[in-house]
Amino acid sequence: MSPPPNPPERSTRRDLERYASLFSARTRVMTSSATRDLMAMSDRPEVISFAGGLPDTSSFPSETFAAMTARIAEESCARALQYGPTDGLAETKRCIADVMAAEDMTVDVDDVLVTTGGQQVLDLVTKTLIDPGDTIVAEGPSYPGALNAFQAYQANVVQIDMDSDGMRVDLLEETLDRLDRDGVRPKFVYTVPSFQNPGGVTMSLPRRKRLVEVARERELLVLEDNPYGLLRYEGDPATTLYSLDGGVYVMYLGTFSKIFSPGLRLGWVVAPTPVLARINLGKQQADLCTSTLSQILVQAYFEGHDWRGYVGTLTELYRRRRDTMLDALAEHFPPQAEWTRPGGGLFIWATLPDFIDTGDLLARALRENVAFVPGEGAFLDGRGRSSMRLNFSGANEDQIREGIRRIGEVVKEQVALYGTLTGETPAQPPRHDAVADAAATEDGEAEGARVVELPRRSDDRRRARGS
Amino acid sequence: MSKVAVLAGGSSFERQVSLRSGARVEDALERLGHDVVAIDAGTDLIRRLREERPDVAFVAMHGRDGEDGTVQELLEILGIPYTGSGVPACVRAMDKVLTKHLLIEAGVPTPEFFAFNQTAFRELGAADALPAIEERLEFPIVVKPSSQGSALGIKFARTAADVPAALVSAFSYDAKVLLERYVKGRDLAVSVLDGDQGPTALPVVEAVPVGGGEFDFEARYEIGRTDYICPAELPDSAGERAQELALRTHELLGCYGFGRIDLMLDESGELFVLEANPIPGLTETSLLPQAADEAGIGFDNLVARILDSAFTRAAA
Repeated sequence: MSPPPNPPERSTRRDLERYASLFSARTRVMTSSATRDLMAMSDRPEVISFAGGLPDTSSFPSETFAAMTARIAEESCARALQYGPTDGLAETKRCIADVMAAEDMTVDVDDVLVTTGGQQVLDLVTKTLIDPGDTIVAEGPSYPGALNAFQAYQANVVQIDMDSDGMRVDLLEETLDRLDRDGVRPKFVYTVPSFQNPGGVTMSLPRRKRLVEVARERELLVLEDNPYGLLRYEGDPATTLYSLDGGVYVMYLGTFSKIFSPGLRLGWVVAPTPVLARINLGKQQADLCTSTLSQILVQAYFEGHDWRGYVGTLTELYRRRRDTMLDALAEHFPPQAEWTRPGGGLFIWATLPDFIDTGDLLARALRENVAFVPGEGAFLDGRGRSSMRLNFSGANEDQIREGIRRIGEVVKEQVALYGTLTGETPAQPPRHDAVADAAATEDGEAEGARVVELPRRSDDRRRARGS
Repeated sequence: MSKVAVLAGGSSFERQVSLRSGARVEDALERLGHDVVAIDAGTDLIRRLREERPDVAFVAMHGRDGEDGTVQELLEILGIPYTGSGVPACVRAMDKVLTKHLLIEAGVPTPEFFAFNQTAFRELGAADALPAIEERLEFPIVVKPSSQGSALGIKFARTAADVPAALVSAFSYDAKVLLERYVKGRDLAVSVLDGDQGPTALPVVEAVPVGGGEFDFEARYEIGRTDYICPAELPDSAGERAQELALRTHELLGCYGFGRIDLMLDESGELFVLEANPIPGLTETSLLPQAADEAGIGFDNLVARILDSAFTRAAA
């Protein structure tokens, strides 16, 4: 046998040009940044990471999982291994209706499409509604995963400031007026009204009502992303935009990721019939159907086990972790820092004095083996550089206390250094007038915690990117 | 054919780039017929090297530990030949302040600068000297950590009010930072490759930010935000002079095997050396492989030459 011929000499230049000429214009906006490489360092086992959005799946009883999978193997093996309908299994939709009913929503299962995680809803809705250059209105800060999906379809994203009552709907209306004068009609408004990611704040009922009115008046779609609504640690349940609107202009995104398992990759969208039909076509193109095995697992669990009890267990666990983090922040962060006090969900948004760049602070923090998400990724316009997102669901209470202590130390170090450099201890920023509790009940009763306005406009040294 | 350990990863902030460089080097070495073992440099590095007993180590690590002489020192102790610069050159090149002092002593132009440790500010009141520095360097001023390899921590201060925050950022990466005069102009990189006839300079690459953003170092490191032009379209004299300065820098730092020198060409045609990278990136989008390719040296050939130089040094 003769040896195989030598492979042709590889040419970097040819490789680059060969593939680069094939890339779509869409991938031009997908960049890989040094900060992203920095974030990858938080995966090391010795790092206490508040960077993820990870639910604590270790609290799920493994014997329940074993019983469910055994039963599926016995009773529905062939079906679980088979393709399913594009819009999802009827049984899964029944579970979805049940979960939505837990937040006082009534849904017709015909209006539901089961998806591969909530992230697929963001992709499908954007694919369905957005042509390159179309405008989406979102909160500032926004969930970076949503911003990525929007950018992948070359959307122009306009971000609306928030305060402790969620998106400033008055500013939304001003923005819509301004856009209207410029001849721009946004396709939809994207919002996480309850326990927002990354802000941790919740939209007040009056603002929810007004937002739904605005959508109707202007015939504007709203995408309500509600992954955390059932993870409520205090206060009364919030009325969803979907309930207020009845599904005319509000599309609803739900997920099993935070109440059961993100590993199953199971979410859903509820949308008006004509929109849903288009989303269904997009879903067919994307992946034909959502994993049947995952759907049957969800059915086995939600119909055969006490899922409300498990959500209760998670809620207890996360409430304690949130309280631990809030206590640790109060103890270890300097007085110049501000943070939100979420009434539920997984995240606290902390804002430091504007001379601290949290991207650089992360590099310093990683030397102390602790990580968070710099705020920059939650904006497309250069804001958020002095803020950070802290996840409290994925670390235990000891880790939370120690991790926050370490971040507090490096923040204090930088505050002191800045004081030395400027020859003065930096003045405390003015307290926001409307200091209110993010977890305040909807008639505005605050619990007097140190909770402050969300975005801080970064200095304009940095080139604004994106929109 | 040799048993080659490719060292990549590590815990520096350039870990991800290093993993991509390493993976690409592994593929090339396998195509060249070598027995390749990939090692993610961690706490078991020495144990792995003792177990594997490679003939040679290909160091594809960037930044701290890989590029600052640490791993090279360990390889010396173990008696394993390795690619790239030796310990002293790594120590010199990784320290931008030391590099610049050596450049100035040798008469190689580099932008004027001042460097400080944190203790200078904390204990010696160096902040009081800032106005004099600012007057001397003129705005905008570039503020950067002395030892960080990538764009991380580099800031532009446009006014005196920006300087303290820029220093705080730079001190996040290193106890020593420098304030440097900003050179407005074209961003060039010259890679150097050692061979039988000694080191040669490869064609000049120019980095052009997409959209023409000024003060945007980060763009250079983000795929899709910078276009690289190779060979750079320069007047002959500027291209040759850039190559000559790169070779002088490579030699005076004692770099060996390969390396990349970053320069600025200002609007009057003056060239300035910014820094030297003893282990530049070897990814698909990195500058050294592009420049080598332009010189007719494909990636496998490039890797083979770098590997050969390790044996040449070991035999010397």
